[in-house]
Amino acid sequence: MHKKWTNITNKLASPLLLILLILLWQAAVDLRWIPRYLLPSPTDVIAAFFSDFSNLMAQAGFTLQETFLGMLIGVCLAFLTAVAMDRFEFFYHAFYPILVITQTIPTIAIAPLLLIWMGFGIAPKVVLVVIVCYFPISVSLLDGFRSVDPDTVRLMKTMGSSRLQIFRYVKFPASLSRFFAGLRISTTYAMVSAVVAEWLGGTNGLGVYMTRVRKAYAYNNMFAVILLTSIISLLLMKAVDLLQKFCMPWEKSEKQFSKTN
Amino acid sequence: MSESFLLKAENLSQKFSGTTIFKDVNLYLAEGELICLLGVSGAGKTTLFNVLSGLQMPRSGHVFLREKEITGEAGHLAYMLQKDLLLPYRTVLDNAALPLLIHGETKAHAREKAAAFFPEFGVSGTENKWPSQLSGGMRQRVALLRTYLSSEGAALLDEPFSALDTITKSAIHHWYLNVMEKIKLSTLFITHDINEAILLSDRIYILSGTPSTITAQIKITQSRPRSSDFPLTSTFLDYKKQILSLLKLNGAS
Repeated sequence: MHKKWTNITNKLASPLLLILLILLWQAAVDLRWIPRYLLPSPTDVIAAFFSDFSNLMAQAGFTLQETFLGMLIGVCLAFLTAVAMDRFEFFYHAFYPILVITQTIPTIAIAPLLLIWMGFGIAPKVVLVVIVCYFPISVSLLDGFRSVDPDTVRLMKTMGSSRLQIFRYVKFPASLSRFFAGLRISTTYAMVSAVVAEWLGGTNGLGVYMTRVRKAYAYNNMFAVILLTSIISLLLMKAVDLLQKFCMPWEKSEKQFSKTN
Repeated sequence: MSESFLLKAENLSQKFSGTTIFKDVNLYLAEGELICLLGVSGAGKTTLFNVLSGLQMPRSGHVFLREKEITGEAGHLAYMLQKDLLLPYRTVLDNAALPLLIHGETKAHAREKAAAFFPEFGVSGTENKWPSQLSGGMRQRVALLRTYLSSEGAALLDEPFSALDTITKSAIHHWYLNVMEKIKLSTLFITHDINEAILLSDRIYILSGTPSTITAQIKITQSRPRSSDFPLTSTFLDYKKQILSLLKLNGAS
């Protein structure tokens, strides 16, 4: 009984704290501790969110398109790289340091250059998303391929299986859980990177819109964009979780089994 | 003996960076026979199995399966290890059917063929479960079924039951003897458990010495099916005494 109570309070702690902070924010604005033109109150933001809803959705559509396209390309490239690095030791030694370097490039610094090179269209945004996704996904895939028990590979060989069969039946499915962990990290970065690239120049998207309302000092609209960006990021993460559950039905039973034992 | 053997190894030797693991190993396995290879740890039993299964090339010697040389060629002999190595992301049925898929059968056909053996191996009803939902003993049964389906008539079992607790182990011995009565899988079995060797096998090879080689061969003439009281009889103990003295004589302990 006691355990159940701590469980409930643990679950409630975070939403309660969030509500408390929002109330505090509302009070700070309503009681004029902070002037309204500098910080809109939560109710202002929500009002702006709904009055501007159709425009926000249209802008989000552009940003999501860049995000998805970038992630798709990023995942494909990461997969090819990981397979090559797993198969050829030479590739591993040649590529791994470069992979790490791509991760150390500050996206904020490279985004303006991409814009100069590729113009104000969709291309520089997609490329930035690709760069951001590539590293976590390729590394997690590679780790997954390499996590396979060598005895399993030995057993597969005694069954006479080819390299491709070992990949298909053992290495690829074994890498899935790490792949999804990498994908979840990339999803959050990807959306934010697309927004950052749009900030710097473009005609459509949440980032472009955010810059526009900032310049107009319409901070209530700006906060509405921020709110939408984080809602979409959360939904994307949830979508990754659902996709993982769908692709890895055995994980659920593993968890259940370890609980009953 | 003029009969032709299913599996035969001639003068096998293996050497790694100057150390000879075993030398001049000669053994054979007849159709339907169950042979134990008994030796203390470190006698090179697993290396010998890797050579027999074709995972490793021996330094010298030959392996024949039905008169055909298979030295250094994997894919002919089924191999089962102490770990069951069931793939967690395939259902029990798909795990058992895996060797058939690898040999190029269609998914539907492989499943159908594997499913037909589930009752015989005492694992009916587990077909659509995940391996993580089975107990250790059940998993080992499925692993044996998979081994059976991947064999071209002969199987190598490397201490398959040594990770199980005593009670599960004796239950699985009983089960194993029963299954073997039905399927007659010709088997070469590694163990360091003397009781297990006497209980299960038709013949026992003793692997000992440094570098090790086969120093003795004992025929267990007890008729089959063997009852679970067999280990309590004086015949059993006589075999055990004989084996213990052989292991000691050869300076293994």
